[in-house]
Amino acid sequence: MSKILIVADHLDGQLNSSTARTVACAAEIGGDIDILVLADNAGPIAEAAAGLDGVSRVLTVERAENAHPLAAIYAPQIAAAAAQGEYSHVLGPNTTFGKDLMPRVAAKLGVAMVTDIAAVHGPHEFERPIYAGNAVNTVKAPDGQTLVASVRCASYGAVGAGGSAAVEALSLDAELPGHTRFVELQASSSDRPDLQTAGKVVSGGRGVGSEENFKVIYDFADKIGAAVGASRAAVDAGYVPNDMQVGQTGKIISPELYMCFGISGAIQHLAGIKDAGTIVAINKDEEAPIFEVADFGLVGDLFKVLPDLEQAVGK
Amino acid sequence: MKVLVAVKRAIDYNVRIQIKSDGSGVVTDGVKHSMNPFDEIAVEQAIRWKEAGVADEVVAVTIGPKASQETLRTALAFGCDRAIHVASDEEVQPLTAARVFKALAEKEEPGVFLMGKQAIDDDNNQTGQMTAALLEWPQATFASEIDMGDGSAKVTREIDAGLEVIDVDLPAVITADLRLNEPRYLKLPDIMKAKKKPLDETDLGELGVEAAAAITVSKTAPPPEREPGVMVESVDDLVGKLKDKGLL
Ligand SMILES: Cc1cc2nc3c(=O)[nH]c(=O)nc-3n(C[C@H](O)[C@H](O)[C@H](O)COP(=O)(O)OP(=O)(O)OC[C@H]3O[C@@H](n4cnc5c(N)ncnc54)[C@H](O)[C@@H]3O)c2cc1C
Ligand SMILES: Nc1ncnc2c1ncn2[C@@H]1O[C@H](COP(=O)(O)O)[C@@H](O)[C@H]1O
Repeated sequence: MSKILIVADHLDGQLNSSTARTVACAAEIGGDIDILVLADNAGPIAEAAAGLDGVSRVLTVERAENAHPLAAIYAPQIAAAAAQGEYSHVLGPNTTFGKDLMPRVAAKLGVAMVTDIAAVHGPHEFERPIYAGNAVNTVKAPDGQTLVASVRCASYGAVGAGGSAAVEALSLDAELPGHTRFVELQASSSDRPDLQTAGKVVSGGRGVGSEENFKVIYDFADKIGAAVGASRAAVDAGYVPNDMQVGQTGKIISPELYMCFGISGAIQHLAGIKDAGTIVAINKDEEAPIFEVADFGLVGDLFKVLPDLEQAVGK
Repeated sequence: MKVLVAVKRAIDYNVRIQIKSDGSGVVTDGVKHSMNPFDEIAVEQAIRWKEAGVADEVVAVTIGPKASQETLRTALAFGCDRAIHVASDEEVQPLTAARVFKALAEKEEPGVFLMGKQAIDDDNNQTGQMTAALLEWPQATFASEIDMGDGSAKVTREIDAGLEVIDVDLPAVITADLRLNEPRYLKLPDIMKAKKKPLDETDLGELGVEAAAAITVSKTAPPPEREPGVMVESVDDLVGKLKDKGLL
């Protein structure tokens, strides 16, 4: 039977919901599921992790060095925990946290890694997207060695929070390097729903034209309670911060409703929205490729459409 | 400071890939290939360092079949001083690539090993991190700004929460994100000059690298298709349809 260790993704004392999605993937693999929390103060994070359905134990390593999620600091501890606990699988989410960290863990353990598990066929057999999601590979990882993988969170819903796993402090024998130091995090603060987990997302692209013009996108998003996303072109042009980018190299999301304005629909953008429930596209160019994937398309100028939309929604 | 930069040959990002009908992979024959876009950004960064006097030598490295020498020539046209081709007709997975890069780094002793954050063929996003782990060097992934100091570098990283700044001692592995820079357009004279620059060939055996146990691919399939959509004529029509589905 599999014995699975999941690395908790957290920020500011809060467990990121990507962890609950990773647990859902682990449950498909089957076996004992433990969550490892590395933090300076693990309390509230461990408590949230212990509440996730299907989790057997939550293991905590509290040290000052763990205050920030530096891969060079976390990886040796995770590798030590994996070896000490004889885990068959070590999983993390495919958030930037997991993308940065898990390959370092795999290399420390001397094993290959599977990026972006999107479906489970067996304990060592998975589906994963390649070429920006334009193809799906069925892959088999070598038997007889620890399997390290990241989970494509957009492919999994979060497990429920009705559990009550035991929380245990773990003592590890791991030497931590001093060559990497955290300086600061410039987080864009917003009261809007989180882009990665929101049920509704409204996005703007180059067609929005400027940072000031993005106000119409924010206003409409607020009206319907949506998170706000953007294309790479909109981020590159400085209309919005980088953390709003949706796509192959930005965030991969799976909202029930995705509405995009002034986005052409490049394959790299589409890679981020393939799992959206309903895609709505508003573009003034009827030939825009976004209309090939949109469930509902409307040809029009976004600056004319948005005020009408706000009104019609309010009715 | 010497800089190594890893460049991979991949299907051009503008190509709509085709999947072989027997599910054995993606059609690559006769398809336009170019340098992985993130690696172009990495090369551009290295060349800017050279132009600014931060780097004195830039060496481009690749692992792959003979055709990947074209990618090295592109890197040389950007301004790299020389190139190393690690020949391999078999596809090389990240852990094996990382072992190769470790061997090259130990030989060349660069101050920075630059790579792309991910290769857009397999979308693995592993090789830089693995190389750093094997070398026990710091890693700064997804870099959008690099501030070179004396023996260390301050790197701004694009992460889900925003921008994170970390400070790493050199030598380090740094992987490039999209907004690190905008690569220049290559001019014909540079492309011509590149043909005469030194390009060494080696292979895994010569570097003493053993391939790692690989992940095998049993099938390549198209992604699940979405139901075809409809065009609506008016905002009211659109809102009506979304309300019917309970989405608004
Ligand atoms: C390696 C790599 C990775 C990438 N990763 C990503 C990624 O993660 N995410 C991403 O988004 N892109 C990514 N890209 C970029 C991608 O290829 C496209 O360049 C980008 O998505 C284009 O953004 P856009 O649709 O906003 O801009 P454009 O393609 O310029 O489209 C603008 C659209 O707005 C429409 N428009 C203009 N004015 C109006 C108006 N008033 N009303 C209505 N419509 C209007 C136009 O008709 C047009 O269709 C990547 C590219 C590369 C090479
Ligand atoms: N075969 C290769 N040859 C040269 N560089 C490579 C190779 N494989 C990976 N890389 C480098 O590692 C980065 C990340 O690749 P990957 O881990 O495959 O997504 C790429 O952007 C390249 O810089």
